[in-house]
Amino acid sequence: MVDLWSGLSQAFWLMVTLDPELVEIALRSLRVTLSALVVASLIAFPLAAMLAVRRFRWRRTIIALLNALMGLPPVVVGLIVYVFLSRSGPLGVLGLLFTPTAMIIAQTIIIVPLIASIAHQSIRELWAEYHDLLISMNVTEWQKMHTLIWDSRRALLTAALAGFGRAIGEVGAIMIVGGNIDHATRVLTTAIALETGKGEFALALALGFVLIGLAVAVNLGIHWLGRTERGGRW
Amino acid sequence: MNRLLPLAVTEAVSRKRGQTLVGPISLRLEGQGITVVIGPNGAGKTSLLSLLHGIARLSSGTVQWACPIEEARHAQAFVFQRPVMLRRSVLENAAYPLRIRGVAKAEARARAADWAEQVGLGALLERPATVLSGGEQQKLALIRALIIEPEVLFLDEPCASLDGRAMREIEEILLAARDRGTRLVMSTHDMGQARRLADEVLFLFRGRIHDSGPAGVFFDGPATPQARAFLRGDIVE
Repeated sequence: MVDLWSGLSQAFWLMVTLDPELVEIALRSLRVTLSALVVASLIAFPLAAMLAVRRFRWRRTIIALLNALMGLPPVVVGLIVYVFLSRSGPLGVLGLLFTPTAMIIAQTIIIVPLIASIAHQSIRELWAEYHDLLISMNVTEWQKMHTLIWDSRRALLTAALAGFGRAIGEVGAIMIVGGNIDHATRVLTTAIALETGKGEFALALALGFVLIGLAVAVNLGIHWLGRTERGGRW
Repeated sequence: MNRLLPLAVTEAVSRKRGQTLVGPISLRLEGQGITVVIGPNGAGKTSLLSLLHGIARLSSGTVQWACPIEEARHAQAFVFQRPVMLRRSVLENAAYPLRIRGVAKAEARARAADWAEQVGLGALLERPATVLSGGEQQKLALIRALIIEPEVLFLDEPCASLDGRAMREIEEILLAARDRGTRLVMSTHDMGQARRLADEVLFLFRGRIHDSGPAGVFFDGPATPQARAFLRGDIVE
C-alpha cells in the first residue's frame, strides 16, 4: 500500500513539475502509438470494407484469419519483425532496428487484425442495410467502400480506439524491436518494465499512472472530437 | 424522348435456390405514363420490378433495353417499399446520387435542397434522415430517385403503410414526374391508388402476367376471372 501511495504522489509531482524525462518518454509513447494507429487504420478500414463488399475466393478464410490474429502474441510479432529488420535480415539494409520506426511497424502489425475485425463487423451490418440501394444506384466498388466507411465512421472510431488501447499498453514487441534505449526508443511501458526490474516500484507506478492517464485522455479527446456522445444518433 | 424504351422482355425468369420467384414473363414497355403492377401477395410484384431494374438475377430469358445496359442502368432508379436511408442528413441523402455521378458538392447540395423544398422537406435539410417519419422518409427516397431525372422509375409499393395525406403528396410527385416524361412502373396493393394513377395495368398472378391492358379497359372489364375476382376484393390464391 505504501508503494501505491508514494507512486501516486510521485506521479503527481512528476506531472506537476513537468519532469523533462517523463515528458519525453510520454510524448514518444504517444507518437509511436498514434503513428501506428494511423497507419493501421489506413490499412484496416479499406480492408474491412473490401471484405464486406467483394466476393472472392479467400474471403471467408481471410476473415477467419483476421479474427484469429486479434489475439496475436506481441512478443512473437516483435521477434519476427526483429528477424526481418536485423542486420542479416531481408530488410536489414534499412537500418531500422532499435528505432521508433521499428516500433511503429511492430505495433501496426499487432493492431491491424484487431481494428479490421471490429470494423468489418460494423461495416458488414451497414452493408446489409445499404446493399439493395447501392446496387440499385449502380455505384462502383470504390464508391461502395467509400460510402460504407464514411457512414460507419462512428463505429470505426470505436475500432480505432480499441487498437489504440492495445498498442499504447503493449510492451513485448516494442521492447524487442526498440530495445528500450534511453532518449531513443524508451517509452512508458518499457520504462515501467525497467523500473520494476530495478525495484523502483514507486517510479514504475508513477509511470503507470501517467500511462493510464494518457490513455484515458486520448480516448476522451477522440470521443469529444467525434462527438459520439451527442444526441446518441446512429 | 426516352432513350431506354421500348423495353422488350422475353420469357424472363428469376429463380433463387431452385424456386421460381417470377416468370416466365414477356412484355413490352414503351411510350409514356404509369404502369401499375397489381396482384395478390407473393404473386411476384417485387421480383418483377427488381428483375426489370436489374437487381434480381435473370435466370433465363432476356431483358433488353433500347440502349446499352450500362447506359440503361444509369438512367433508371428504384424506390423500395421500405425506404433505405443513408446515415446522413436529409440534404446529403438527396444529393448522394448526384455526388456519385461526379457532380460538384456545392451544385449537388443546391439541387438537393431545391428538390427537398419542392416536396416540403425544406425545413428538415440538416436532420439525420434516419429520424424522419415514415412518410418523410418515403418522400426523401422519392426525390433521391428523381434527382437524377431518371427516364424510367420503378416503385415498389411506395405508399405501403402511409396515411392519406402522405399518400396524396407522393402521388402528386409521381404525376409531376410522369408529366416531365419519366416512365413509371409501380406496384401497389391499393386499388384506389391503382385507379387514380394507372395508364396501363399488369395483373400478376402466380409469378406470371395473368391479365393486362390499358387502365380504362382493364378496370371496366378484366378479361380473366381471377382479375375480376381480385378487383372485386375477393381473395385470390
